[in-house]
Amino acid sequence: MGPLLPNELISNNTNFLLAFIIGIGFGFVLEASGFSSSRKLAGVFYGYDTVVLKVFFTGAIVAMLGMLFFSLFGWMDLNLVYINPTFLTSVILGGVIMGAGFIMGGFCPGTSVCAAAIGKIDAMFFIIGLFIGIFIFTEGYPIWEHIYKAKFLGFPKLNELIGISQGFFALLLIIAAFAMFWLGEKAEKAFPREEY
Amino acid sequence: MKKTKYLNPYVGGVLLGLVLLAANFIAGRGLGASGALKSVVVEAVDVITPKHAENAAFYKEYADKHPDGPMKSWLVFEMLGVVVGGFLSGAIAGRLKFKVEHSPKITSKRRLVFAVLGGILFGFGSQMGRGCTSGSALSGMAVLSVGGFISTAAIFGTAYALAYFVRKNWI
Repeated sequence: MGPLLPNELISNNTNFLLAFIIGIGFGFVLEASGFSSSRKLAGVFYGYDTVVLKVFFTGAIVAMLGMLFFSLFGWMDLNLVYINPTFLTSVILGGVIMGAGFIMGGFCPGTSVCAAAIGKIDAMFFIIGLFIGIFIFTEGYPIWEHIYKAKFLGFPKLNELIGISQGFFALLLIIAAFAMFWLGEKAEKAFPREEY
Repeated sequence: MKKTKYLNPYVGGVLLGLVLLAANFIAGRGLGASGALKSVVVEAVDVITPKHAENAAFYKEYADKHPDGPMKSWLVFEMLGVVVGGFLSGAIAGRLKFKVEHSPKITSKRRLVFAVLGGILFGFGSQMGRGCTSGSALSGMAVLSVGGFISTAAIFGTAYALAYFVRKNWI
C-alpha cells in the first residue's frame, strides 16, 4: 500500500496538497514545542533547556518505529522510501558549517521559518542570511563541486554498516535516547533558568 | 514540575514523529526545510537573470534534475504549510508579536548581526551537506541513513564545541 506516491496511489497534485497539510502539522508542532524561540533552542548547548534534544530524538524514534511497524504489518514498502545518500566529505563539512551557524544564529532553517511566522524579527534576519548563504553556494558551485561530490558511499543504512537488524538497531537507539533524556533532565536541574 | 506555556517536549516529539511518519507514508520521503529555500533562490535567479541561470553550472544541473521548475516541489508546499502551522500555533497560544529575542546581556543589533551571519553559514552548510536539521539530520536518522547520523553528530557536535565562545549571546 504505502508509500502512496511511489506506488502511484495518489496523483502528484494530491501529493502537493498533502505536503501543504503535513507542513501545517510540522509548523504547528515546532511552534507549540517552543522551537520558535532562539534562546530556548540554544538552551540545549548550555544545558538550561534541552527541549531540542527531547523533541528531536523522540520524533526520529517514533517515525523510525512507525515505519518498522508499518513494514511489519505489510502497510508500507520501505524499499520505496527515500534514503538520504551519504557523501562523506560534504556531509561532515556541511554539518560543521551548519553547527557554527546554529550556535551563532540560534535557529535552523525550519525553526527560523516557524519563528518568523509568529513575528520573531531575529528569525527573519536569519532567513535573509540563509538566502545569502545558499546563493553563495549556488554561485560558487564550480569552486566546491569536487568537494560536494567527493567520497560517495551510496545509500548505506547505519544498522547494515554495523551488521545488525533494523529492529535491534532501533532498540539500541531507544536506549541511547533514554540515556540522553536522563542527562537532559539532570542538566536542566543543574542549570535552571526561567523560561523564555 | 514548573509550569510551562509550551507543549510537553515528549508529547511534541511524538507528534513530530507522527508528522514525519505521515510524510514517509504518503510521499515516500521525509520532512525538509532548506530545500524549499533553495527553490526560492533558484527561481529568483531564473527570473532576474535568465541568461546566467542557463549558463552557470549549478542552475544547469538543477534544471536537469527538476524539469518542472524549482517551485513545483514537495518541499515548497510543505514549507508554506509550516508558515501557516507556526502562525496558527502562535495565534492559539497568544505568542504573535514582532520582537527581537535576545539575551539581556547583548543589544538587539548584535543579535541581528549574529542572526544574519549564522543564517549565511547555515544556508551554505545546508547545501554542502545536502539538507539541514530537518531533511538530513532528522529525516535521515528516521530512515537509518548513515549520512543522517553523521549530519546530526556534525551539527550538534560543532555547536557544542563553539557554544563557549558565544555564550554571552544566549545566557
